[in-house]
Amino acid sequence: MKKNFYYLTLFLFFIFVFTVFYLGLNKPNSYKPNEPNDKNLTKFYSTELFLNDELYSYEIIKNNKYTLVNIWASWCAPCRLEHSLLMDLNEKTNINIIGLNYKDKKNNAIKFLSEFGNPFKKVLTDPDGTISISLGAYGVPETFLVNSKSKIIKKYIGPLKNDNILEIINITK
Amino acid sequence: MIKLVRFTLLILILILSFEKFLYANNNSFLVNKISKNLRCLICQGQSVYDSQSDFALSIKLLIDKKIDQGKSEKQIYDYLKSQYGEWIVYDPELNKKNLVLWIFPLILFIFGGLLIYRKIFIN
Repeated sequence: MKKNFYYLTLFLFFIFVFTVFYLGLNKPNSYKPNEPNDKNLTKFYSTELFLNDELYSYEIIKNNKYTLVNIWASWCAPCRLEHSLLMDLNEKTNINIIGLNYKDKKNNAIKFLSEFGNPFKKVLTDPDGTISISLGAYGVPETFLVNSKSKIIKKYIGPLKNDNILEIINITK
Repeated sequence: MIKLVRFTLLILILILSFEKFLYANNNSFLVNKISKNLRCLICQGQSVYDSQSDFALSIKLLIDKKIDQGKSEKQIYDYLKSQYGEWIVYDPELNKKNLVLWIFPLILFIFGGLLIYRKIFIN
């Protein structure tokens, strides 16, 4: 009786360990951040890159049905890749694209835009990176699609790809 | 002899008060404490405190700013959790998914105690 009990517990224990590992090891172990659902983009004050005037982010967002907030920097290589896509998007549609210049030098940012073109209606600056953190961003590049109430509809971590651009055009149509 | 003791005491007090003075107008102590409990989300197995990535440096700056605004430690953790999810803090919360992990050691403990009890008092 006692021996049976011992074997049964051992057996159950192994079954438990097996199921835990079986379920656990089948899962992808790279962390993917949760998609923000009905989260609002944090409102912030920032200085405009060209005009040097203080702007309130919500003032720029509220008058447009959709706004694309793109975090970029002149030193970031993937930003160069997605820049042509943003230029295309700006030509094809009239979506309000706002740039947030992340931890950049003013001269370098202006040089970057004069070299590759400026798809942004406004370029806000984030010299110490704290605005990006308060938006919940991981780094550059990162893009948020928000509606006029500042609600985040889509968040793209990393450079935008062709599919993302199509998706944005579809949503904002 | 008494003079020497008095002198060393004076020096000690000076050092201690100087240390306090160092911390008085500086958030770095609290920033370090908070950032040690935060996971650097874009690094592999590093805390925000350990990391020198742009992400971690910005978070440290943000914590500093929040402390200046008079936010408490808990408010700062809650704020970061609302932005980045619970994953950013090292201390996991008790929820449906990890309930088994929290309770399993307790079950084992009770079970083991039961086994010992049977062995000693029943046999």
